[in-house]
Amino acid sequence: MAKTPLQFRHNGRDVAIFVDGGMSLLSALRDEVGDHSPKFGCGQGGCGACTVLVDGEPVVSCVTLAETIAGKSIETADGLKTGPELHPLQTAFMDNFAAQCGYCTPGMLMAAKALLEHNPDPSRVEVVEAISGNICRCTGYESIINAVLAAAARRTERRA
Amino acid sequence: MLELRKDIFADERDDNLKEIGKPTQRQDMLGHVTATSTYFNDHKLQGMLHLKVLRSPHSHARIRRIDLSEAERQPGVRRIIRGADVPHNLNTLLSLINFGKDDEPTLAVDKVRYKGEPIVAVVADSQREAYEALAKIRVDYEPLPSVFDVEEAMKPGAPVVNETYPKNTFTYHDIYDHQKLRFGDVERGFAAADHILEQRYQMSPIEQAHTETNGSIAAPDTNGRYVVYTSTQALFFSLDTCAKILDVPSNTLHFIGGTVGGGFGGKVDTVTEPLSILGAMLTGRPVRYVIEREEEMIYCAPRGAERIFIKDGVARDGRILARQFRCYFDSGAYTRLSSYAVVKCAAHLPGPYTISNVSADVYCVFTNRVPATAMRGFGVTAVDFAIECQMDKLAHLIGMDPMEFRLINAYRDGDMKAHRREAKNTALIECVQVAAEKAKWPLRDELKRMSSRKDGGGARAAVPATPREPILVSRPAGQQRTPYDRPASPPPEPLRPPPLPPLSPPPAAAPSHGAIRFSSVFGGRRR
Repeated sequence: MAKTPLQFRHNGRDVAIFVDGGMSLLSALRDEVGDHSPKFGCGQGGCGACTVLVDGEPVVSCVTLAETIAGKSIETADGLKTGPELHPLQTAFMDNFAAQCGYCTPGMLMAAKALLEHNPDPSRVEVVEAISGNICRCTGYESIINAVLAAAARRTERRA
Repeated sequence: MLELRKDIFADERDDNLKEIGKPTQRQDMLGHVTATSTYFNDHKLQGMLHLKVLRSPHSHARIRRIDLSEAERQPGVRRIIRGADVPHNLNTLLSLINFGKDDEPTLAVDKVRYKGEPIVAVVADSQREAYEALAKIRVDYEPLPSVFDVEEAMKPGAPVVNETYPKNTFTYHDIYDHQKLRFGDVERGFAAADHILEQRYQMSPIEQAHTETNGSIAAPDTNGRYVVYTSTQALFFSLDTCAKILDVPSNTLHFIGGTVGGGFGGKVDTVTEPLSILGAMLTGRPVRYVIEREEEMIYCAPRGAERIFIKDGVARDGRILARQFRCYFDSGAYTRLSSYAVVKCAAHLPGPYTISNVSADVYCVFTNRVPATAMRGFGVTAVDFAIECQMDKLAHLIGMDPMEFRLINAYRDGDMKAHRREAKNTALIECVQVAAEKAKWPLRDELKRMSSRKDGGGARAAVPATPREPILVSRPAGQQRTPYDRPASPPPEPLRPPPLPPLSPPPAAAPSHGAIRFSSVFGGRRR
């Protein structure tokens, strides 16, 4: 099958890969770029485990065609921390026990990051809304919601 | 003299293991939040092939012929695997502990017994090519009559689902078709009761729905062994199962797992590893077999459905005098772990209550449904649901507070349980007291003072006389009987309105006694 060259920014670095016509962004990231942080959960856009940010907007990468992201900026959970320095969301998830099996965590983190970038001081309801596309079968969500709110509070504190 | 310099490592290990009460971070948390925890699928191996299986569209059918000629010529196909290629193509999971007969093939050969049963596996360069080849396989089926209902499956003349168990029930100890529990004499208990309540409870199968689907990657290792990255919840159990199915010494297999994207019982069945390892053996290449979400939801083993009949005899003062169970556990087409669920179920009866007359018959039944397996407390949780629904209904029936009703009947330390073990470390009374407090549910002081450690044992520790055959005792004329909500299948004559026993109108001041009918569906009472 003919392969198409594809260039985009991946966690702040330029990458160039070849993709098939029907390849999903999830496959492109996992199999071609080698970034295993977005997870395969359903392949139907239903569980959010594959959530990444495209130009700052959360998308479910399993039902996004790789070719549609040419020239765009992709952020994944793999690029959250700066060197050894954890992102405030990562610290908050640790402090609030917001992961058990950890499989939904990369997608959850990206959905939460998109929320906090648009809305640095969200209400509990807004957090619930923001992660409503992400399924977690272990935690029951409460600890995740608490973690996102804690991360938001810490950022607001720093700014003040 | 050489000596180990233990002092160098002296500060590495603190032998004070008193951890309870201290918050402790999970050791895998940093990996989870940085997305570096390595799940089975986070391995990309050189030259990796992809395996997919052809699944039966029929619930029950004989396989007359399988035509692979066109599929074999499809581009990218490296190998097609049939049942005959599997060294030991019949297994049952618990055979490793000598429990049950081998009843399930890795790939179906002569017959399919549930919709979605794997028949042929294709190993190809890409998932897409594997799917395209699957579409070219022609299977000639002869559909057979199916049975989907546990009680139907036990009737004479029902279709035989699994020839290993021709009566459609699992065989315990080589002869018994169910688990039987007898404690005291329920018939005498019923005869002494003021009310009898008979109810039917039907559970549905429940999907574990772990976020990561089942899967594995197997690769030839340099030393003639195979390394297997797997999602399994039961690493060594899966390893031994694969060694048996593939007929290799277990040290041929090096399983790597432990980081599991949720399991909840849905990852103990060893469904992918035997085929991915066999694929790697037959092609000499790494082989990846991942179950898709749709397959996981429709064809992979859920929590089994249970049908539970409970008949209770209760005295006006709140004592449960007799409890009789009949439970059918829908195992689907193969045993997997349902035989064990039934044992757990029988061992759990009659719930956390001290009842001096208990009788139970619990069956593991084969039907043409997807095989059932483990899920969080399987065999126990559904029965508890039924028992606690029943407890609420009984409390309403005799006009007693449901919390008080549970406290009165709760087991206490030293009581004899129906399976003839002394109850120890019981805490139902304390649980109910705390629940009542949290819910601001008023309890009488006398009930608040109850304790699991008081008033147990003594007469409550006795094993009652248990007749081998039930002795039918005539029932008192004033006894209330409340039948099952729905008749067992198939419905006999139209049952509405249900026949009412002849009753005299009750005195208004005694609502817990007399002509009170109980609406078993909504738990309400009416006169």
